[in-house]
Amino acid sequence: MAHKILDKIQLPSDRFEMRLSGSGGQGMIFASVVLSKAIGMNSNKSVVQSQSYGPEARGGASKADVVVSDNEIYYPKAMKLDLLLAMTQEALDKYYPDLKENGMLIVDSSLVHNVPDVEHYAFEFTHMARNQIGHIMVANVIALGAIAALTGLVTKEKLTEIVLQHAPRGTEEKNRNAVELGYNEALKAKK
Amino acid sequence: MATVTEKKAPKQKSDVTLHYLRPGKKFPNVWCPGCGIGIVMGAYIRALDKLGWDRNKVAMVSGIGCSSRMPVYLDFHALHTTHGRALPFATGVKFNRPDMNVVVITGDGDALAIGGNHFIHACRRNINITVILINNNIYGMTGGQGSPTTPSHSYSTTTPYGNAEKHFDPCTLAKAAGATFVARGTVANVPQLEKLASQALQHHGFSLLEVVTNCHTYYGRLNRMGDAVTMIQKFKEDAVMLGKAKKMTPEELEGKFIVGVLHEEEKTEFCDVYDQVVEHVSPK
Amino acid sequence: MAKENRQLLQGNAACVQGALYAGMRFFAGYPITPSTEIAEGSARELPKLGGKFIQMEDELGSIAAIIGASVSGAKAMTGTSGPGYSLMLENIGYAFMTEVPVVVVNVQRGGPSTGLPTKVSQSDTMQARWGTHGDYSSITVAPSTVGDTLTETIRAFNLAERFRTPVTILLDEVIAHSREIIRIPEPGEYEVIDRVKPTCPPEEYLPYEITENYVTPMPAYGEGYRYHITGLTHDQHGFPTNKPSEIIVKLDKLKKKIENYKDEITKIRVEMMDDAEIAIISYGSVSRAALQATMLAREAGVKVGCIQLYTIWPFPEKELLELCGKCQKVIVGELNMGQIVHEVERILPRDISINTIQRYDGEILTPVQILEKLEEVL
Repeated sequence: MAHKILDKIQLPSDRFEMRLSGSGGQGMIFASVVLSKAIGMNSNKSVVQSQSYGPEARGGASKADVVVSDNEIYYPKAMKLDLLLAMTQEALDKYYPDLKENGMLIVDSSLVHNVPDVEHYAFEFTHMARNQIGHIMVANVIALGAIAALTGLVTKEKLTEIVLQHAPRGTEEKNRNAVELGYNEALKAKK
Repeated sequence: MATVTEKKAPKQKSDVTLHYLRPGKKFPNVWCPGCGIGIVMGAYIRALDKLGWDRNKVAMVSGIGCSSRMPVYLDFHALHTTHGRALPFATGVKFNRPDMNVVVITGDGDALAIGGNHFIHACRRNINITVILINNNIYGMTGGQGSPTTPSHSYSTTTPYGNAEKHFDPCTLAKAAGATFVARGTVANVPQLEKLASQALQHHGFSLLEVVTNCHTYYGRLNRMGDAVTMIQKFKEDAVMLGKAKKMTPEELEGKFIVGVLHEEEKTEFCDVYDQVVEHVSPK
Repeated sequence: MAKENRQLLQGNAACVQGALYAGMRFFAGYPITPSTEIAEGSARELPKLGGKFIQMEDELGSIAAIIGASVSGAKAMTGTSGPGYSLMLENIGYAFMTEVPVVVVNVQRGGPSTGLPTKVSQSDTMQARWGTHGDYSSITVAPSTVGDTLTETIRAFNLAERFRTPVTILLDEVIAHSREIIRIPEPGEYEVIDRVKPTCPPEEYLPYEITENYVTPMPAYGEGYRYHITGLTHDQHGFPTNKPSEIIVKLDKLKKKIENYKDEITKIRVEMMDDAEIAIISYGSVSRAALQATMLAREAGVKVGCIQLYTIWPFPEKELLELCGKCQKVIVGELNMGQIVHEVERILPRDISINTIQRYDGEILTPVQILEKLEEVL
């Protein structure tokens, strides 16, 4: 059936929609809050962050969405993702269908081994966190560094500043290094 | 009607109550002739008058029932609320305005049935509110139904074959829940009632004064207890002072009730503690 | 100029910010998803301002406590969700009857009963209008963004104070839990209205006097005006009455003070309606999908417009009639099985085709679903 409207509709071009996904405990919600602040606090961009609540948020796939625009954001949830970060295989399998054709896919290749045959970025965020920073908990911050480098939505300095505002006392150095590491690795890989 | 007396007795002590009647209120009141609630009101007013409190600093809060109509007749801030909820309303008034003296007038049904949860939590907080619980063992306003203080086997319109339930002792309940002043009096002993009311009003913390009173119209009639005078006479016989009660056996105390200050302790008061929180967290 | 105060806030946190801006100094509540962050934020912020927070034993107590705080002089609020709102309705009715300004936030979730604690819904729309027993006019506002939530909360307090009435803010789970970067307004940027106090001597004060605008000045406790407040139907002195002539005066007062001033209360957002042949009517988070769908459909050449109701009650009859009068069709979008659509049907002429898009599966309506509906009705 031919659609009079739907066939003519272009998804809004002024929105950039990101989903950070993984399993409960990987700090995806924390990362989305930091990313939202880093992008929006000192700019005129509109930012909406949302997350899954309830049983879904406790174990299993966890996700947080960040929508960014230079204009008013009408619909607050992601419609078709411009960027998907998948920190687990389950999250990738679940959310990959929501990614736009030619959307940016970033996976944690420490834990994700079965990636669709599309252009994507693969970083061993979890291994890097454990082996190079010395704490597995900062894998999400390394991923944020990578997102900053790959999208250009936020500078490394601004991201570091916001990460440090939220980092527990005593973990500043590890978090600073994590941003640096993710940022540099992603720059090297940037296509 | 206990307070608006036709008799000309200018120098009688009870005259002071007249000064506290609300101007503009159309009397008479809703209470049956011989009702003990008026006696409680008189004792309360005389106690309050002797304390010399500014009536602009007194808020009377009540729920629903015969006793809860008291604030309408008295010239204070009056909040006549919904059934059972007097205490949370009063909590809002007192917590917002610790400078106000907040008095809750309630009955056995209002405080212990529909308002039972609010009652125990107000006790637990030890918020500086005085509760005068006028216990007539029945729902009078709606025509004589069983209440949480209707004794086992007693008759009411909803216990036509005798009450199958057990009853609450409001004083034991209040003490267990954390109230820091608990007393019981009766309309049969007015000087004592006035003294207990005074102590309850002055106590810094949650205070409960239970007043054993008569509903001859329903409770008395349904249980063949006679008229108001007979019932009050019986209270006089059954009331045992705390000191005397301590020397009596449970068997001797059967069918009696203990009057006096049953429990008194000093504990930090809710509003005071919160004020310290405010002091601590507000910017210097 | 001072640097802008921008913050990333959840809708629930923005509600607290708006309330504090409006002068809230008392909050009583009981934890319930998805509203709990409103209580938590109030517990954290109020004592810093010398205000009071109390967690009550239940929602019956929470609403009672804020009414007690309001009559004794504070601007007071409570926050809850559907199951708690159901319990509060008893004393929301008391506040209507006694004309005590309070603000009640209902962060809607699916129902009936315990329903869907973490899922979005707009199924308390009619409950907000008619929930408590008896006849009365009520005011309900519905934000759709985090920024709106702040400003609508200020407006809710202003309306409560101006009209001496409880005001309900209908939030929903999507707005309550989404975070957006918003600018916190500077003091003075938004008008803050306080209740009018009596100026007459206390002995001349009539606590429920019929005034020109039906709103009676309201003193706080301790200011010398001692009067009787009761949930019983009362005369102008505040004393219970059974006289038919006095009953009518009281109930008419409750109605007229709001219905006669609807122009002050109504707030709607209108987009692309000038030449619209189809209007999409919505409120709360659905409005965001509706706006998105409208913008997208316009790009595709469809003459569609969008009307967002910020004021749900009293229902903006006059405005909708004017705006939709030229349309052939309207679509009403709601997260329920059809509530506000009955109001739309009531007021619009019969030759306008009224269509609905409803969702009640715990999920938000999407722009694509609205576009599909648009396509269907075209």
